[in-house]
Amino acid sequence: MPDPITKVSIIISKGSLEGIYPGLIMANGARAEGIEANLFFTFFGLDAIHQARHDHIKVATVGNPGLHLATVAGGLPGVSTVMTHYLNHKMEALDIPSIPEFIEMIADTGAGLYACQASVDLFGLEKNDFIPQVQDIITVGEFYEKAAGGQIIFT
Amino acid sequence: MSTITIAAVGVDLNDEGFFTDPEQWTEDMVPELAQREGITELSAAHWQVIRFMRAEYLAKGTGPSVRALAKTSGVSIKELYQLFPKGPAKTAAKIAGIPKPRGCI
Repeated sequence: MPDPITKVSIIISKGSLEGIYPGLIMANGARAEGIEANLFFTFFGLDAIHQARHDHIKVATVGNPGLHLATVAGGLPGVSTVMTHYLNHKMEALDIPSIPEFIEMIADTGAGLYACQASVDLFGLEKNDFIPQVQDIITVGEFYEKAAGGQIIFT
Repeated sequence: MSTITIAAVGVDLNDEGFFTDPEQWTEDMVPELAQREGITELSAAHWQVIRFMRAEYLAKGTGPSVRALAKTSGVSIKELYQLFPKGPAKTAAKIAGIPKPRGCI
């Protein structure tokens, strides 16, 4: 049997629903396997840990070929909202937690939660804007230090 | 696949350490199985989770995922990871002599 994975550091760089969930599932799944995990939120991924925004994450309905929805349709007012409601409803039926609940859960498993300093500067944010579970705002160099000895997963 | 002796009884484990035949398990085996997972002292909370995992498996044919475990056993996620640092559902399933629960949440 090959050597098991013992540590992962996952970067979440996107702000759409489908752009955020995979990283969360990877982090939660890692912890359930006894794998050490860090989550690092950068660029629009910061919305997932932003107190005012983390409950309003939407599905991208434009420029999203995976949705099989014509761009001209996806761009109509309200379509993203409807699609988001629909997906959220389906996820609830499968007991997949909402993004805020999921991140709180992941923090409870002992995973590290960090925000990207550069993106925080870019968007003019501060620690107070984030959920309390965010441990620190760190630079890319500090991220590499924390990721040492493990694998890095970029989403 | 290997056969090892727990509580003086031979049991079959798969490569990951899960029971291939849950019927071989008895509660007497719990302390020794827990030791193998690095848990040297079993608190009441440990027992509660282990018994719960076993009961769920017997009732539903599969053990619960961590989230389901937290929701239905009444033990919080935080506490579950304190009790079983290497993954609560995975570790408790090994100690409860049931197959590894399958799930993504």
